[in-house]
Amino acid sequence: MSRRALRTFYNLLALGLSGLATAIGLFFLGAILWTLIKNGLGGMSLSVFTAMTPPPGSSGGLLNAIYGSVVMTLIGILIGGPVGMLAGTYLAEYGRTSHLAMVIRFVNDVLLSAPSIIIGLFVYELLVVRMGHFSAIAGAVALAIIAIPVTVRTTEDMLNLVPQGMKDASTAMGAYPWRTITSVIYPAARSGIVTGLLLAIARISGETAPLLFTALNNQFWSSNLGAPMANLPVVIFQFALSPYPNWQKLAWSGALIITLSILVLSVAARLVVSSLAQGSKR
Amino acid sequence: MNSLPVINPAQAAGQRLRERMFRGATFGAALLVLLLLGGVAVSLAAGSWPAFAHFKFAFLTREIWNPVTDEYGALAPIFGTLVTSFLALLLAIPVSLGIAIFLTELAPVWLKRPVGVAIELLAAVPSIIFGIWGLFVLAPILQRHVQPWLIEFLGPLPLIGRLFQGPPFGIGVLSAGFVLAIMVIPFISAVMRDVFETVPDVLKESGYGLGATTWEVIWQVVVPYSRTGMIGGIMLGLGRALGETMAVTFVIGNAHRISTSLLAPGTTISASIANEFAEAVGDLYTSSLIALGALLFLITFTVIAAARFMLMRLDRRALSSV
Repeated sequence: MSRRALRTFYNLLALGLSGLATAIGLFFLGAILWTLIKNGLGGMSLSVFTAMTPPPGSSGGLLNAIYGSVVMTLIGILIGGPVGMLAGTYLAEYGRTSHLAMVIRFVNDVLLSAPSIIIGLFVYELLVVRMGHFSAIAGAVALAIIAIPVTVRTTEDMLNLVPQGMKDASTAMGAYPWRTITSVIYPAARSGIVTGLLLAIARISGETAPLLFTALNNQFWSSNLGAPMANLPVVIFQFALSPYPNWQKLAWSGALIITLSILVLSVAARLVVSSLAQGSKR
Repeated sequence: MNSLPVINPAQAAGQRLRERMFRGATFGAALLVLLLLGGVAVSLAAGSWPAFAHFKFAFLTREIWNPVTDEYGALAPIFGTLVTSFLALLLAIPVSLGIAIFLTELAPVWLKRPVGVAIELLAAVPSIIFGIWGLFVLAPILQRHVQPWLIEFLGPLPLIGRLFQGPPFGIGVLSAGFVLAIMVIPFISAVMRDVFETVPDVLKESGYGLGATTWEVIWQVVVPYSRTGMIGGIMLGLGRALGETMAVTFVIGNAHRISTSLLAPGTTISASIANEFAEAVGDLYTSSLIALGALLFLITFTVIAAARFMLMRLDRRALSSV
């Protein structure tokens, strides 16, 4: 084979392999979604959303788990969201390139990738040991700690996208930075910040490891934040590994619900960003 | 004629006060981020102290894990964590590289975004979903079709044959590595794609101008230019794999022992904690599990910090070239 033909051959081979790699990645996404739909849809019925988690062998649903997940995710984002937004604001508008801001940015990036089970252990030591028992509020705090670095990162990125001219115009009119930030920068970056919050919700609503020994689980309905609370991820964990067919079926339904909600949230977050990008082009 | 606006001293003082309050609030929130990391480190150190004080250095070197006699050693979970993560990277790096090349150099414009988003969505799937999928779908397939083949053809080989001994359980170290690989592919390929996109077009055009093929441009221009960022992305993926909990817990088999065979069940640090922590009775047992957590924190902190450092340098370079 001539040298030229050999090079062409290598080129086609390598590009073909990279196409194959992409196909492999997409295949696994498809395979997982297909499995969830196949196994989860069968068990899907109205009682999944209206009945409590059952004891082995009898019928029931996931109502208390869905409720617990929603409550803890909401409290998590209500604590973590504002803290993350404020910290992101500091990095983008006040700290910028100061040494402290660089350190905080770095620490935030580390926290962003830190294993979530470590956060669970931390909250266990911080709250569960002190309170003496597992509780929904401990679970919500663990989720908040996971939401903070996500929100800090997206808030800072989004505030940096606001044109400097707008900030300068506000400053030139005599506005203090807080006024510029709350009246000019936040409104301009609103959809970006919303995206960040949506991504943070998507991230924490599927977290299992940090809830295992903070919120634990509860077989019954509970709206007491000071007591253990059922939640979808831990119920899926417990039910999927159980030998009971009705529990396993519910685990698949729960898995389908949670994955679909997270995928919808993630896609919605991206749509907000792309509409923002188009808006700024116009 | 409009008169000049008169500055009201009381109003100005109010503005300054609000400025101080707002600035203070953002500063406090930013400090909280620092405090969180510090708090995690301190609480893990405090919680693991009884175990380290009792077992001393032997905690790191012993394989034994026996709640009945209250004797604990971290060697098996550490070994399992490192082996599964290594396997995951071995499988994930070539695939991620391929995806990044496809997305930056190969895909037509209309295909780039949907494929890129689909790969990102794979990263959004919660780890517990990978866990049940791995246990109920992947493990049986590996058990029936892949592992018997590995045992038959690779098992008799010298040296590497020892990695493929024993019965095909389905669950075990190999399956855990496989699931982890699928989980870290989106992370590594996303970073690699971003890194590849920072390569100046002029460099690539020079390559093409000299008559290089697409692959030659990628391998001899794009990859060398983005080496630091690629390694950063791989280490970020490694950080994910080391700390990943739920997916591994489902498929690794949870056996506190070290086995040369990849087909045998094992455990990782995070899987041990997830499985045993809620049921751990006794202070030494709990403390030993927290000590495992502290070790995991040390390992992942080092890896992630190194990764972030590499990516940070890349960001600066990307910014300075703009």
